[in-house]
Amino acid sequence: MAAAPGVSMGEALNRALHDAIEQDPDVLVYGEDVGPLGGVFRITDGLIGEFGPERVFDSPLAEAGIVGTAIGMAMYGLRPVVEMQFDAFAYPAFEQVVSHLAKMRNRTRGAVALPVVLRVPYGGGIGGVEHHSDSSEAYYTHTPGLRVVTPGTPADAYSMLREAVECDDPVVFLEPKRRYWSRQEVDLPVRTEPMATPVVRRPGTDATLVTYGPMVETALEAAETAAAEGRSLEVVDVRQLAPLDDGVVTASVRRTGRAVVVHEASVFGGYGAELAARIGERCFHYLEAPVLRVGGLDVPYPPPKLEHHHLPDANRVLAAVDRLQWESEWTDDGEGRVRP
Amino acid sequence: MRLVDRHGRRVGHSSFTAPDPARLVELHRAMLIGRRFNQQAGTLARQGRLAVYPSSTGQEAAQVGGVLALSDQDWLFPTYRDSVALVAHGVDPVRTLTLFRGDWHCGYDPHRYRCAPQCTPLATNASHAVGLTYAARRKGRDVAALAMMGDGATSEGDAHEAYNFAAVWNTPVVFLVQNNHWAISVPLHRQTAAPTLAHKAVGYGMKGYHVDGNDAAAVYAVVSHALAEARAGGGPAIVEAVTYRVDPHTNADAPQRYRDPAEVEHWKERDPLIRSERLIRDEGLLGDAEETERALAAFGAEADAIADTVRERLAGAEELDPRSLFTDVYATVPPLLEQERAVLADELREV
Repeated sequence: MAAAPGVSMGEALNRALHDAIEQDPDVLVYGEDVGPLGGVFRITDGLIGEFGPERVFDSPLAEAGIVGTAIGMAMYGLRPVVEMQFDAFAYPAFEQVVSHLAKMRNRTRGAVALPVVLRVPYGGGIGGVEHHSDSSEAYYTHTPGLRVVTPGTPADAYSMLREAVECDDPVVFLEPKRRYWSRQEVDLPVRTEPMATPVVRRPGTDATLVTYGPMVETALEAAETAAAEGRSLEVVDVRQLAPLDDGVVTASVRRTGRAVVVHEASVFGGYGAELAARIGERCFHYLEAPVLRVGGLDVPYPPPKLEHHHLPDANRVLAAVDRLQWESEWTDDGEGRVRP
Repeated sequence: MRLVDRHGRRVGHSSFTAPDPARLVELHRAMLIGRRFNQQAGTLARQGRLAVYPSSTGQEAAQVGGVLALSDQDWLFPTYRDSVALVAHGVDPVRTLTLFRGDWHCGYDPHRYRCAPQCTPLATNASHAVGLTYAARRKGRDVAALAMMGDGATSEGDAHEAYNFAAVWNTPVVFLVQNNHWAISVPLHRQTAAPTLAHKAVGYGMKGYHVDGNDAAAVYAVVSHALAEARAGGGPAIVEAVTYRVDPHTNADAPQRYRDPAEVEHWKERDPLIRSERLIRDEGLLGDAEETERALAAFGAEADAIADTVRERLAGAEELDPRSLFTDVYATVPPLLEQERAVLADELREV
């Protein structure tokens, strides 16, 4: 059977780790099952064989210890890239992440940098049983000092992971695990736009879909369908969720006048609330309709047979787009006034 | 394990010998400085010139004995109660108080002093020590670390994970557990069912040492031995230094609500400074009686001078620029923080 065309996101991440280890002797990769097994998603496949157990190795099964030791290593000049096996398995490390990883540079007035990359496969859509499908980004984005990034394409997965390893800030690198197998024609190595900058994935004129990670593909699918129906949707991929540089988002929404924020996480208190609030603050006079949010249900992540009801799909996105007050656009109220 | 009893008399031990006289004198001198520092900082806290001060009065032997066992290239990973350890380690005494004065979270450059920031979240500093020594070994450097924690902290999951990582990776870390019997108001017997905290080492494949933490000679000898073994690849160790928190948890605590004053008096009789001074006098480690008085008086004067300097240097208000809040959150100031800094600058102009 011929290999599928292009590069999958998983392969791109694997290659990024490979190239980072090869190019910087201070980079090392460790975590649970990342050695001979190559990680449960095979993202570290082959690395221990090529670079040996000094650079790539299995650690005890203890996430707080993994992050805590990575902090100590970074204090002494290494650049550890550690894997949390699943989103929900990263919670034991939360104190290390919030109280130390995020704050060390600040509390030492810049004397101690922590160039640690915390790789976290996140989100659902793979039929995982409970605790394997959380969209945990908002827990991290609410913590100053962390860079929180998430790629939406294989090319970005490669480029952003390389940039994350080179970055002198701690980076929570959220990998949309359901997109590990998504493919793209791209020659690696590749460098895309700097991760701090959102990018327009698809230009459009009628409304902006602001999204990231696993929902980039969904938003593009929605935009494709909308185009066939005569509606032009712009898709903005945020990429670095925190700290947010919202210039590209603002410019897009000011152009289109309508916005839907799309993520997989539950809507209430989610990262989309921050995006919607910022768009409201910066684009109020350009908006033709309230900013809407599309996301998962506000319930604990459902069991596999019900998860498709939770996960936003293109239809849910398009239903929100339909609610952007198109029908009332600049109608004459019969008394000489034009209003929405 | 004990080498000098509470009366200042030497106790024989099959495996450990007391450090040489010069070192015994040095331990006493450092404890004296530590005691005066504790007193001075406590006073400053009562006067409101420090926001808070967690005293380690009574624990000077454990802190000084552990720290003086470190070699020049070694790192210290202290907690918030280890100011005396920091001072003995060579950190500027005033800068050990930056945290408690409320000026900043850490007052010194950790790399300059080979000393991590004073850690408040219990036991979370321990895995940092494991990682740092792992990295140093990878870089071909002979660096060991002393990771400090209290009896309460040994109940934390982070202590468990750090012990385990250190043992599995065989990193040169000595975990110095100061068992001062009280985690704020919770006594040791509500903390653990282990016979001693040193016993916990067994489960990790480590050595555990149970030491009289008010005997500086013993703490020094055991930590030195454990560090040497760890350095040589013999594995990390837990050293439990049994001591007592004579003062309240902090100046905001109310110990009369949870402990019997008689217990405090019992431990005051076991004060680490009493026994080291008696040893020095009885054995003439500083010469004849006259020379001893002179030398001890000089130590006291030195400790007073350090305390006075701390008080004087803390008398003036440090210039704090609120705009610096944004400087070191990230390697470069991101647009979001630039915007907030501009807003804050406007607020400052309006004041």
